[in-house]
Amino acid sequence: MGYSWNWDVLLQPSATGDGTYLGWMFYGFKMTIGLSLSAWLMALILGALVGVLRTVPNKALSGLAAAYVELFRNIPLLVQLFIWYFVLPELAPAALGDAFKQSNPIVQQFVSALLCLGFFTSARVAEQVRSGINSLPRGQKNAALAIGFTLAQAYRYVMLPMAFRLVVPPLTSEFLNIFKNSAVCSTIGLLELAAEGRQLVDYTAQPYESFIAVTLAYVLINVVVMFAMRRVEAQVRVPGYMGGH
Amino acid sequence: MYEFDWSSIPGALPFLAHGMVVSLQITAVAILVGIVWGTLLAMMRLSSVNALSWFAAGYVNLFRAVPLVMVLLWFFLIVPHLLETLFGFPRGSDMRMGSAIAGFALFEAAYYSEIIRAGIQSVPKGQMAAASALGMGYAQSMRLVVLPQAFRNMVPLLLTQGIILFQDTSLVYVSALADFFGAASKVGDRDGRLVEMLLFAGAVYFVICFTISQLVRYYQTKLKTA
Repeated sequence: MGYSWNWDVLLQPSATGDGTYLGWMFYGFKMTIGLSLSAWLMALILGALVGVLRTVPNKALSGLAAAYVELFRNIPLLVQLFIWYFVLPELAPAALGDAFKQSNPIVQQFVSALLCLGFFTSARVAEQVRSGINSLPRGQKNAALAIGFTLAQAYRYVMLPMAFRLVVPPLTSEFLNIFKNSAVCSTIGLLELAAEGRQLVDYTAQPYESFIAVTLAYVLINVVVMFAMRRVEAQVRVPGYMGGH
Repeated sequence: MYEFDWSSIPGALPFLAHGMVVSLQITAVAILVGIVWGTLLAMMRLSSVNALSWFAAGYVNLFRAVPLVMVLLWFFLIVPHLLETLFGFPRGSDMRMGSAIAGFALFEAAYYSEIIRAGIQSVPKGQMAAASALGMGYAQSMRLVVLPQAFRNMVPLLLTQGIILFQDTSLVYVSALADFFGAASKVGDRDGRLVEMLLFAGAVYFVICFTISQLVRYYQTKLKTA
């Protein structure tokens, strides 16, 4: 079809003189991994908290948690990202907004992307945590309360240790999603993997090689995460439950 | 304190409405094609012919491993070029809408096929056996017995996936196609009112998606009690 393949282009020194094009890709790879892992940590903590709140008997607290989940689930990720990046610095108190706008652009992009992915994913984690808690037999909570545990103790010692183990398999797909969703952050100029892919196309004029390389990098992340999570799932499996031994 | 100025919204409504039509068009076609192609993929995946089931598994796993943004970039930057060289389309013809729809449909089919596969597997095996006992062939038993029951159970999940797809259409932003979000951000840039336009766009998406998701939930409880 008249296209001249040239995989060596990835090893050529880049136009800006800072290493090779493969080096650019590796920079984006590290950015994708760093961003996704830190956002995942944030999503786990927030999501566990909100998910637990959704199941408490207090109507105000569970309602608030439900509103949180609906808010982050019903607005597209891209719109949320733009709101974090373009809107909130304007609406924040002047001192904070100005400090943000005067910081290093990479820091601005990274912080917005982190908050966006973290909150977005936390709503999904919260839903999984809630369904994990709701899937526990009701007798567990009742038994805990009957032997004199307070509600907080029932959660702490009886329900959560079980629920957090049950929730690991469904969380795997959310964990995979956060890496894929991080590609959206290329739209605000963050140089992660997908953005480096576009740069590579522009600079090398070898679009097929560039995109195939970047696509394979995403497949690699996916495979590694899947194998890692399979090991974690085996570790936390609850005997006697679906998939237990 | 930031001074809000919402005055650019009323004048921009026709442009925004046109953008919404684009978003809905992409969503509708992608759902339709995605479900048809997804059903075929699911049936291939469950088929006893190894070549078919491997192909379907490879397709589904590949598309599920790659970010939608990457798939869209493939379809905006590379596929049109490929079509130009392969079929001699005129250079630089605007294929963004077609590319967007093709990209979404092929991508979503992978997700739909997993939902549909689970749906088919949720139909008791005896149904297939009973259909064969009545003398139906494979295609007939699938079409008349298994799939109708499978789809009935799947409707909530398929609709939920549809909401996700509608939200994801905002990603055609990477091709500068003026869907609803693209239109909103263009107006915001033009009038220097990006803050208001982004909040407005977020609110519109929220109202639409929240309403539909509540309807799905209502339908789901009705399905359970029926």
